[in-house]
Amino acid sequence: MPHLTPEQAKSSYDVIIVGSGASGGQTAYTLTMEGAKVLMLEAGRNYDPVTETAMFQVGSQAPLRGVATPDKQREFYDASPNSGWTIPGEPYTNAEKEPSRQFRWWRSRQLGGRSNHWGRIALRNGPYDFKPYSRDGLGFDWPISYDDVAPYYDKVEMLIGVFGTNEGMENSPDSSPGVLLPAPKFRAGELLAQHHGKKIGIPVIPCHRAVLSVRQDADRIPARLHPGNAKAQRLLAESMRQRAACFWATDCHRGCSIRANYQSPTVHLPPALASGNLDIITHAMAREVIVNDRGKATGVIFIDKRTRTEHRVSARAVVLAASSQETVRLLLNSKSNAFPHGLANSSGKVGKYLTDSVASSFSGQIPALENLPVHNEDGAVGGPHAYIPWWLYEQQKVGQLDFPRGYHVEFSSGRKMPGMTAATGFDWLSGRGGTAYGKALKEDARRYYGSTQGFTAQGGMVPNDDCFSELDPTVKDQWGIPVLRYHWKWSEHELRQVAHQQKILAALIEAMGGRYNRKPETDGAKVIRAGGEIIHEVGGAIMGADPRTSVTDRWSRTWDVKNLYVADGAVFANTASKNPTLTIMALAWRAAEHLLDEMKKGNI
Amino acid sequence: MSAPDTPRLDRRTAIKWMMTAAASMAVLDHASSGATPTAIAAKGYGMDPDLLKNYQPGDVWPLTFTPKQRRATTALCDVIIPADEKSPKASDLGVPDFIDEWISSPYPGQAADRKTVTDGLAWLDAEAQKRFQGDFADLRPEQQTAICDTICNSAKAKPEHKSAVSFFKRFRDLTAGGYYTTPVGMRDLGYVGNVAMTSFEGPTPEALRHIGLA
Repeated sequence: MPHLTPEQAKSSYDVIIVGSGASGGQTAYTLTMEGAKVLMLEAGRNYDPVTETAMFQVGSQAPLRGVATPDKQREFYDASPNSGWTIPGEPYTNAEKEPSRQFRWWRSRQLGGRSNHWGRIALRNGPYDFKPYSRDGLGFDWPISYDDVAPYYDKVEMLIGVFGTNEGMENSPDSSPGVLLPAPKFRAGELLAQHHGKKIGIPVIPCHRAVLSVRQDADRIPARLHPGNAKAQRLLAESMRQRAACFWATDCHRGCSIRANYQSPTVHLPPALASGNLDIITHAMAREVIVNDRGKATGVIFIDKRTRTEHRVSARAVVLAASSQETVRLLLNSKSNAFPHGLANSSGKVGKYLTDSVASSFSGQIPALENLPVHNEDGAVGGPHAYIPWWLYEQQKVGQLDFPRGYHVEFSSGRKMPGMTAATGFDWLSGRGGTAYGKALKEDARRYYGSTQGFTAQGGMVPNDDCFSELDPTVKDQWGIPVLRYHWKWSEHELRQVAHQQKILAALIEAMGGRYNRKPETDGAKVIRAGGEIIHEVGGAIMGADPRTSVTDRWSRTWDVKNLYVADGAVFANTASKNPTLTIMALAWRAAEHLLDEMKKGNI
Repeated sequence: MSAPDTPRLDRRTAIKWMMTAAASMAVLDHASSGATPTAIAAKGYGMDPDLLKNYQPGDVWPLTFTPKQRRATTALCDVIIPADEKSPKASDLGVPDFIDEWISSPYPGQAADRKTVTDGLAWLDAEAQKRFQGDFADLRPEQQTAICDTICNSAKAKPEHKSAVSFFKRFRDLTAGGYYTTPVGMRDLGYVGNVAMTSFEGPTPEALRHIGLA
């Protein structure tokens, strides 16, 4: 295995990639399939989903029935060792004290990063999402259009495997024919929402998720992805044949030992490693990108966490794929005579225009789902089979809505594996009053289990001047590296959007014949999820058409340093009403192709 | 997706806070129930635990119930979830061990429950002595129910029973949580997932008829 210690690193590589998650994995894949020699640095430990994933474990096998603790901050079985909102010795700070102005930052310290435990919801940005300023006069247009990215969406979807359908919805693009895998059937609550949503004009359609509903076509896809590259075709086909189809059990957030969902260590990295072109150093905390007198990146300085020693590695080009905020931190910490304010920061925009999904939740109870005849409703566990794409473009266009941008809605419903609260919280339903116990408790539990319907709306955010990160002037982490300090403030756009989310979700519960014990909130500020909490933070090195107002160009290459690329969400000029991961991978593939071209042309 | 701590609460602070809380609770334990003070100085499972191990309560940190607390817990669990024709009582599924694990946790998320449960159990036995001259565990079922009925509804409970009412609600939730997260409890709810299947067929025809979509 080309997992190296720092001392074993070669004297120079074509490309160093900082980070191993969705963006680092995609970049490594694209580069190594074309023969580039790549070194990947990962701050966490090696992680093998095939041998480490808790498949089939139930709550009673875990400490505290698997609930979140400061040690496992999502839940016990989540695929996130050494990760969380707080990591010992690696703080970050918030500039303001008020609760509404806090930003929360989830970091994953393991090979594959957050790709191991994401929800696998893989939505494309649409044409409007790349040109928001042209539509509503707010924020920024991206320097690229949907058509620039569409071929890469197709490629990523074919590579990682995404189930879903083409519905021809406005601004929720279809994939090319033959790209998507079949969508699984809806669960009972999803069918009810679809049926009754129609009455109030809400479209409920199959969600797109990076889960193999069937096995990938290893005979056809590799040739489509790598025409004329026999070695790449062979390596990809071998990797695809080792991936099984989903067996409809075990929450995707735990990862997948049969490689049925997408995570970097089971999908991107195996063929990249098999090419012989990828070396990986784990426990490598990148501190600084090295630049020479001519302003070119020459390598990376990192701390080996196991020995607490500093190391330098060299390459012709550097790609930052460390997650948007670690990438910002690296750029700002890479100060030199040529770049006194941090690397690639001549615009002063590094760290600026941090955005996250605009989210709130609402839930109710649906009498039609009580006493539902017993059946297995797991499906692609841990995520929806159905979702609601943003649909009110027409209303928005004629000025009937008091907020810009839109949101999509994810479902959480059904007879899923019972956790600590699966059979409580029903006392308001029975009309008995008080805390049910004894025979009544058992009856309620059987009757109401699985009858609650939860929704989370996640919307687009307009970038603003109050949301950014910078280096904290005094605080350093245990490796001596200055940490990020956050500034955060929702604008009226987001707060009004959330009020609309609440109203619509309550209307949907009512249309389903449901009831709720918390009224929809009319003040968005009271229910909006904290900045960062949806773990969709992007921006900080936004791409643009003008080097004075953006950090990277249309190829995700920094304006200031021609051999330095940003492959993660930092290049996003805004958060759309779509989850960012699929777009991150599509842009990473596109950036890696551009880098390969530049190297071939001798420009790098 | 939200964690019980705040972003600025680093681990050191969390541990310091937790130790302080545990120490003050130990004093309260001592004062309220006469039990041996038990500060929770144990360690958690760390940020990189073995996920494949089959953990039992007590494996990672020691259990701390006194024998008296354990007897009251077992009795109350079984009043809350008794056996019926479909499924066993709570103590048959190890729920008292789970509650002991929970209130003995070194993490800040369970610290409040430790106080609620240990104070509540002390109240329960004291109330049982006062009304029926025995520990709660030794009472007849109708006597146990009589006590529970005075604390299971905040709208009807006496003002002096306010903390006992909160205790009962929380203890009920812990009992149900411990019970229905076991394979037997899951089956009782009608959860039949967590098995490998070759295809996902969605709701059965019977289930579709039930929701009016057949």
